[in-house]
Amino acid sequence: MRILNNVAIFITLAVAYNLINGVCGQLHLGPNAFITLGAYTAALLTMTPAEKTLNFLVTPLYWPLSQAALPFPAALLAGGLVAVAFALLTGFPVFRVRGDYLAIVTLGFGEVVRVLANNLQGVTNGPLGLKGLYPYTNLWWSWGVAVAATAVVAALVNSSYGRALNAIREDETAARASGINTFRHLLGAYLLSAFFFGVGGGLLAHLITTISPSLFTFFLTFNLLIIIVVGGLGSTTGAILAAAGFTLAGEWLRIVEEPAAIFGFTIPGIPGMRMVILSLALLLVIIFCRRGLMGRREFSWAGLGRRLRGGVAGSVPGAGKP
Amino acid sequence: MALLCTENLDMRFGGLAALSDLNLAVPEGGLYGLIGPNGAGKTTVFNLISGFLQPTGGRIVWDGREITGEPPHRLTAWGIARTFQNIRLFGELSVLDNVLVGFHCRSHATWGEAVLRLPRYRREELDRRSRGLALLEEVGLAAAADQPAGKLPYGHQRRLEIARALATGPRCLLLDEPAAGLNPQETGDLIFFIRAIKDRYNLTILVIEHNLRLVMGLCQHLTVLDHGLTIAAGPPADIRKHPEVIRAYLGEERVAISS
Repeated sequence: MRILNNVAIFITLAVAYNLINGVCGQLHLGPNAFITLGAYTAALLTMTPAEKTLNFLVTPLYWPLSQAALPFPAALLAGGLVAVAFALLTGFPVFRVRGDYLAIVTLGFGEVVRVLANNLQGVTNGPLGLKGLYPYTNLWWSWGVAVAATAVVAALVNSSYGRALNAIREDETAARASGINTFRHLLGAYLLSAFFFGVGGGLLAHLITTISPSLFTFFLTFNLLIIIVVGGLGSTTGAILAAAGFTLAGEWLRIVEEPAAIFGFTIPGIPGMRMVILSLALLLVIIFCRRGLMGRREFSWAGLGRRLRGGVAGSVPGAGKP
Repeated sequence: MALLCTENLDMRFGGLAALSDLNLAVPEGGLYGLIGPNGAGKTTVFNLISGFLQPTGGRIVWDGREITGEPPHRLTAWGIARTFQNIRLFGELSVLDNVLVGFHCRSHATWGEAVLRLPRYRREELDRRSRGLALLEEVGLAAAADQPAGKLPYGHQRRLEIARALATGPRCLLLDEPAAGLNPQETGDLIFFIRAIKDRYNLTILVIEHNLRLVMGLCQHLTVLDHGLTIAAGPPADIRKHPEVIRAYLGEERVAISS
């Protein structure tokens, strides 16, 4: 159950991340900031005032938050909106620069949020984190959000705006000459992805029920980056497949760490072995499909039909590896 | 009155004067040329007019309104489209999508309408597609509509770039060395093609070119730049005989005197 919830949340996050990194081609390294904001906002809004007093032992929670209690959907939405507000604030400095500089700026904002979460004890309870959240996240919520995120992002990518975002990735100068306000388009994509990061963060918080700043380090961003690169930068289908595969593999590979008996030999469990195997799998993907599992291709029923009918010999236009 | 004017346009990069005191006046429907040796500042003129550079002095006037310092996307929306010297296509996008990107700046549907596929968006998208295909038909690229643009042969990429510029609905088209890398046969076709689109879309065209055969055959008026200075301006027949132009292109005939 928990794994399936995790899969759905990572699909949401990966699809949103792919919009900005894969489709727009901007190396954004701060999704952990938005996920943190979403997680904390949603958590603080669903906890009852009594739970909050129990949690905030060192420094009491500031007043309006200490009394607030919202139903789960409203809290998720609030998490998303707070992430959007932060994106709106950071979007102006972020999109003044491009390339490596943009990566550094977003990375910086990611760290800023983590450090704030660690030190603003009156809001986040600092490194102690928030404990005992009610596990509201169930399959309906997590998959509902995943489906909604995928539908919205896919609809956007396949629209005229998505085409413009692709154009910005391919050649920003030419895109500007073609009349695209690149700042506005990038900001739009950034805000939309921030919203889903925030909602995903809220879901994550209510799945694991205990959150602390150490959960939302750059490592989380890095995992998402691996997922979208393996899936194929720019492919929503690839992001979904890779998010599911990555999350499931992380769990299933726990088997290899347990002591096992093969043909009478007893192999002691090696902790960390699953990470080795996962890394090897990632290496193989990158060696054999240099542009990720899907490249920039997308799944379509028509394409599947063609492939099935044509068999091996029938070459599907555009489906071959570039 | 001129559709596009530059008045005493100046551009300096640090201590380097890339362009000094340029005065152009392109009338509506004109086909003007900008020529000059390498490094004369021709592309700088285009970058200034299309908003990619901010001039260090002077003004640019478009249709009676000053446009100095406006960003490129707004200028495109007002009807100034350009192509690039080194072709800049969206290589991984299909040929049709490249043209559709050009139409995007004329769309009115918002993000929400696009995501929800509301009627106005659907209507605009259908309209874009049919006009895009018609445009490709016209430039002779309809057969390649679904191919990635980066895989087209060179001459076709040039045409696609012009088609994309046309899709933005321009009144004035800035062509930066459209004949670069084309053979004489293709250059002849290009002259014909530029004349055809000019008449069909009522365009005003400003063209930068090295290929004198193309500009002499095409333009009504030429401005010659050398080291950022305007050294001559006038009809092609006069320019051909202008001593300064001959000197700039062929070098000076000079007896070496050591003193």
